[in-house]
Amino acid sequence: MDGVGPGEDATADMLQLNGLVKRYGDFSAVNGLDLKVPRGEIFGFLGPNGAGKTTTIRMVAGVLEPTAGSIVIGGYDLATHPMEAKSKIGYIPDRPYLYEKLSGGEFLRFVSGLWGKDEDASEERADGLLEIFNLLEWKHELLESYSHGMRQKLLITSALIHQPELIVVDEPMVGLDPRSARILKDLFRVYVERGGTVFLSSHTLEVVEAVCDRIAIIRDGGFIAQGTMDELRTQADCGGADLEQIFLKVTGSDEMADVVAELQESRV
Amino acid sequence: MNGTTHPSAGILWLLGPKVRSKLNGNKKLEGRKFRWGLLAFVGLFFWTFIFGIIFRMLLYFRGTQGIGDLLAAKLLGIALLTFLMILLLSNVITALSTFFLSKDMELLVAAPVDSVKLYGARLVETIVDSSWMVGLLAIPLLTAYGVVYGASWSFYGLAVATIVPYLVLPAVVGTAFTLMLVNVFPARRTRDLLALIGLFSAAGIVVLFRFLRPERLMRPEEFRDLVDFMAVLRTPTSPWLPNEWAAESLMSHLTGAFDPFPFALLWSTAAAFFVLGAWLHVRLFRTGFTRAQEGSELRKGHARSTMLERLAWAAPATRQLVSKELRVFFRDTTQWSQLILLAVLVVVYVYNIKVLPLYTGEEISFFLINVISFLNLGLAGFVVAAISARFVFPGMSLEGRMMWLLRSSPLDIRTLFLAKYWVGTIPLLLIALPLIVVTNIILEVSPLILGITTVSMIGVTFAMTALALGLGALFPNFETDNMAEIPTSFGGLVFMMSAVSYLGVVVVLLAWPVNRFLQANLVGQSSGADIVSLVVGAAGALLITAACVVVPLKVGIRRVRSLQ
Repeated sequence: MDGVGPGEDATADMLQLNGLVKRYGDFSAVNGLDLKVPRGEIFGFLGPNGAGKTTTIRMVAGVLEPTAGSIVIGGYDLATHPMEAKSKIGYIPDRPYLYEKLSGGEFLRFVSGLWGKDEDASEERADGLLEIFNLLEWKHELLESYSHGMRQKLLITSALIHQPELIVVDEPMVGLDPRSARILKDLFRVYVERGGTVFLSSHTLEVVEAVCDRIAIIRDGGFIAQGTMDELRTQADCGGADLEQIFLKVTGSDEMADVVAELQESRV
Repeated sequence: MNGTTHPSAGILWLLGPKVRSKLNGNKKLEGRKFRWGLLAFVGLFFWTFIFGIIFRMLLYFRGTQGIGDLLAAKLLGIALLTFLMILLLSNVITALSTFFLSKDMELLVAAPVDSVKLYGARLVETIVDSSWMVGLLAIPLLTAYGVVYGASWSFYGLAVATIVPYLVLPAVVGTAFTLMLVNVFPARRTRDLLALIGLFSAAGIVVLFRFLRPERLMRPEEFRDLVDFMAVLRTPTSPWLPNEWAAESLMSHLTGAFDPFPFALLWSTAAAFFVLGAWLHVRLFRTGFTRAQEGSELRKGHARSTMLERLAWAAPATRQLVSKELRVFFRDTTQWSQLILLAVLVVVYVYNIKVLPLYTGEEISFFLINVISFLNLGLAGFVVAAISARFVFPGMSLEGRMMWLLRSSPLDIRTLFLAKYWVGTIPLLLIALPLIVVTNIILEVSPLILGITTVSMIGVTFAMTALALGLGALFPNFETDNMAEIPTSFGGLVFMMSAVSYLGVVVVLLAWPVNRFLQANLVGQSSGADIVSLVVGAAGALLITAACVVVPLKVGIRRVRSLQ
């Protein structure tokens, strides 16, 4: 992967959320998020189900329009300069749609064309990425014959094909075999070392703990903890704890013990 | 990494996956030759049929001294106006899918794609999805005009060049209407919009159609004199609508004095509307798309219900299947719009029967009233076929994603199939029977005809639902969540064609001997041969109906059992 483009401010934040709000009628899914993610960082975004993670991710990817607040990608406001901002993003949704009747190669060519990339260069890059994920021999097969894990790998490839500066990814590890999961972790590391930025949401806490430089935990649409692992431990007041323990503590999941007791009493 | 380029894929690039998917899909399809062969055969049959009717009418018009061309122009204008109404409705509904609900939109919206190009690509897709049927109908219609008027090849070129802007205009208007509604309507109710759109469009169609008062043309005696009648013929039906411009452009070429003005008007209006549509899209699409993504409103279902679940006669599986079918149907608000639309169409149908110029004070021919009552059976049967295509045909396709549950449970597929069959047939009977009885009472048919057509209608309804369910299982589409897409698939086409062919055969088998028998009775000369032909006709219709009930159900059940 290449470094930050010439003439660009390598020290500027890659992603900024300023008072980001998303309301669905009377319900606030996201409630005034403020965040800065500098270049060259893997930022983990955690929260219980329904906390507002996917809504935030979809707003950052430019799919949903915020009710209030702004999103700035690499210095470009997503609302006022959508083309410039979007051209910097590679988006991996959690429930993606793939054209079932296209082959893997055709899908990648289409996506790189959407980002205005040269076909020959993209072809070469696609082959390289497919090779990494053991998908090269499937390149000409229709997507309808791909397994769940293969689709996920192809999707990751499609997000990298146009050499984005920011990868926005929702649940990247779902369906991946251990080898592919390991490759993806290494790939994210290499990517950020070369100046890229990753904004990822996941429930796989071990992965988040292993790869993320900083982590934010969201609940009811607002941040309840944010920082490096050490900072999170301090905020949660539980020294030496792993991310799972911190997560359960700050998201108010102490009642887990009661749930376990109930399960033992029941005849499940 | 990519720096700050401002790349943007073009319209053709954006259409690429859809075109390639079609090509790839057809390449891999089993029995491709058979499908295409069948489609070509039935398609040619229908084209020939429509061509034949229009050809005969035009020949008749041309034989009418003085007003032949005027009548031909009027017919073309009315046909194009009817198409325009269908196109408007169809575009409004299609645009909601192509612009807002289509699953690949998330990828396209997240990409740095220019809004105008995205609009262009989706508009082309909307036009293709909504207008292909009208396009196919226009071919025999315009060919008949060309042949009767002995037109040169330039007419066919002009026809294509006229049809393109004629299709673009309703697509732009329909898309803009949908875009505005998606923006105005309260969020989280996107799917409910279909109900509103369906209702508005149906009302629009009724109003426009009633403006035409086509029955007046069939009653020249209502006009004071020939000059008055010709004045009506000469007056454009709808001077501000593109159907009139298209008709004028084509008729002027056919009558030898091509007038470029309406043609230029058509193209320039289409171009201007495209620009307006794109402008509106750039301003409103993003907000509209966000609203459309917000899902549906929280609604509660009854935890336990209902009379249906307590149906004592049925096995638990059947009870649950029937209640599931009904709940899913009534909770999906997109179905309501279709129901409203159907109700409106039925009312329009009955109303048009009522205004048929049959009773003008003179004695109406006995033959005519018989023809019309059997034609009525055919048309009411067609209504039932259309409803079956919309509601019964997608039945098995919609189970596709739940097949894992059905196949892993100890449920017999036959039970599932029969539950769907009865859930489809009984409501259809409740529509079909009043329809045939009311229209026949309006037509004042004899009790014998009323009896025959009513009994026939029951058989036709049983056969239609079986055909729809069976063919729906034979040609399933498991990949879509959008029920409206399923009837327009290849299988849907096969169903409609089979249904219409079946109807045609039943109507002919019944109408001919019944008419012969009644005619003979009228003059007091009924013979044994008339009774025999009546019995043979009825037995034939019964046999074909029975076959159309049993065979599709059996084939469908076998097909679902073999699904992997």
